[in-house]
Amino acid sequence: MRLTVNGQSAFVYTGNSEHIHNQSAVVFIHGAGLDHTVWVLPSRYFSRHGFNVITPDLPGHGRSSGDGLNKIETMADWIIALLDASGVEQASIVGHSMGSLVALATAGRYPDRCRSLCLLGSSIPMSVTDELMNSARNDEHAAIDMLTYWGYSTRAQLGGNENPGLWMVGGTLRLWERAGPGVIHSGLQACHTYEAGMDHARAVRCRTQLILGERDIMAPVRYGRELAAKIEGSQTTIVKGSAHSLMTERPDEVLDALITIV
Amino acid sequence: MSKPKTFGFDTLTLHAGQQPDAATGARATPIYQTASYVFKSTDHAASIFNTERTGHVYSRITNPTNAVLEERIAALEGGVGAIATASGQAACHLAIATLMGANSHIVASHSLYGGTHNLLQYTLPRFGIDTTFVDPRDPDAFRDAIRDNTRLIFGETLGNPSLEVLDIPTISDIAHAHGLPLMVDSTFTTPYLCQPFQLGADIIFHSATKFLSGHGIVIGGLLVDGGLFDWESSTRFPVLTEPYSGFHNMRFTEEFGPAAFITRARKEGARDFGACMSPTTAFHILQGMETLPLRMEKHVANTRKIVSFLNDHEAVEWVSYPDLPNHPDHALAARLLPRGCGAVFSFGVRGGRSAGQRFIDKTELLSHLANIGDAKSLVIHPASTTHHRMDDAALEAAGISEGLIRLSIGLEDSDDLIEDLNRGLRAAAKG
Repeated sequence: MRLTVNGQSAFVYTGNSEHIHNQSAVVFIHGAGLDHTVWVLPSRYFSRHGFNVITPDLPGHGRSSGDGLNKIETMADWIIALLDASGVEQASIVGHSMGSLVALATAGRYPDRCRSLCLLGSSIPMSVTDELMNSARNDEHAAIDMLTYWGYSTRAQLGGNENPGLWMVGGTLRLWERAGPGVIHSGLQACHTYEAGMDHARAVRCRTQLILGERDIMAPVRYGRELAAKIEGSQTTIVKGSAHSLMTERPDEVLDALITIV
Repeated sequence: MSKPKTFGFDTLTLHAGQQPDAATGARATPIYQTASYVFKSTDHAASIFNTERTGHVYSRITNPTNAVLEERIAALEGGVGAIATASGQAACHLAIATLMGANSHIVASHSLYGGTHNLLQYTLPRFGIDTTFVDPRDPDAFRDAIRDNTRLIFGETLGNPSLEVLDIPTISDIAHAHGLPLMVDSTFTTPYLCQPFQLGADIIFHSATKFLSGHGIVIGGLLVDGGLFDWESSTRFPVLTEPYSGFHNMRFTEEFGPAAFITRARKEGARDFGACMSPTTAFHILQGMETLPLRMEKHVANTRKIVSFLNDHEAVEWVSYPDLPNHPDHALAARLLPRGCGAVFSFGVRGGRSAGQRFIDKTELLSHLANIGDAKSLVIHPASTTHHRMDDAALEAAGISEGLIRLSIGLEDSDDLIEDLNRGLRAAAKG
């Protein structure tokens, strides 16, 4: 569906179902340069299981208008505006990678709007190497290569997709190749310059789960654990063998973990 | 972190798509010879059916052995996904039937495998799909043949049997300018010799019976989606952009992004047309693919020696192989096929049809049969076999003369092949 958020058109995937009044809502937030399609499987699951699913393309991403936002807090404000536009007072907030930082900032700054929180492939800091940042700044394909291959475990780079017949690396490359000029860079910049993460973590008031990839080199587990330690009562699930691209590498394990928190 | 190191082609031919079997640790890809799969619960079943979880339902649609093969070819081609089919013909049909229905139109090279020509010329018109055949060496002809109801541009990387080199970059530019995808049959070249997606193609299919397998023991096809074509901008493909009532109003481009085409092909085409590959066949093809780089290298090396021998032989009227400087597509081949032009080529024996028949009857090492891409060398007379349903005009348009002989060079010692060819040519020359 399409909504107007902050005066601009935003695309929201609903898990292929109409929203039903008074159902619980869940928001899935994608990572830098990506779009709602990374969340199709869990979106469809929660849609069939009685949730109003709100899986947006962030501004400048996918089918949404506008420029890519370059601050995590600005994106969190946008998520609140999205909830307002959806008529949703409170929702479970789920985010992956950059989207996890957006979810964290949303939950930390607007605790009344979050029923539960799930952070996938998350860490504080989520710093970006100069090489990647420079390549992204120049919209070089090398940035897409780095993001794609660093995002998968060595084994996953050889395939063995749980989703039959789909080549994970190829699909991820193509998805990032669709990003508009500067969009990946603005997202990476937002991750790299996000300084309030630990403050936001301490301000979280809802049930929280972190889902971390054992072999994630972009959001290493030890930083994820440090983040978890700052969120009161949070639970952590480590997905063995997986790197950063959790929803592609281990879609069913991720869904099982999501079911426990959403 | 340093720049990512990616796996090379040879490594992918051995490993792509497969992890050691989780249940047994088997290193080889197990043959999952099963029709169906037990669900853990009713909700688990519903989740798989509704595309919420991964998993297998029924081997007509997906199978774990086939999935390894599908990922492997997608990896080697640089695509997003693939579907293993009962044959190359089934792969071609699946692509066409996914993209279009009645009152649609295809622009195709006139230099095609005879079976494909039959499908386009005689069979698909019964279902309201017409084809205009054009000279693959004339990109403007592709452009000029496009109509409002055109849905696909189609050719072979190397035309069969005349070996026209398809100018994929130029023809894909024309296709894309008209909001159309370019599909290529890459059977002759395999991903070892040609990477059509890098050149601009959008969909690839293979007869995996041929070089991909190499052993000539199975029939199989592979349809590969590059994930590159912008179906939404085109507006010609409501099958991918509009709700599909056959799957709860799924919008494939909306839900599967770059994998929209291959997902529709599986959810509709594999489900409804049912031309699936046996998992045992997939296993056999995987065994062949493990040696693809080694075999293709020797196929090409042997072919170059044989071409050179025939080109100098007085009983041979002409040899058509893009490696030769006198081939019309020599320069294009050097650009698009730097590793070689494959192992299938044609030549003409002096003396026409009867000389050609004497040649074939006298050869002993070359096998006279209707196939290509075997590890063993093969010979055939297309005008009387693979292309016999084409009328004289179509044969002429496809560059198939009565005396044309097609060879598929295998992996034997090249000296033995040359001796066999010499035997046949001596018989041909005796008249």
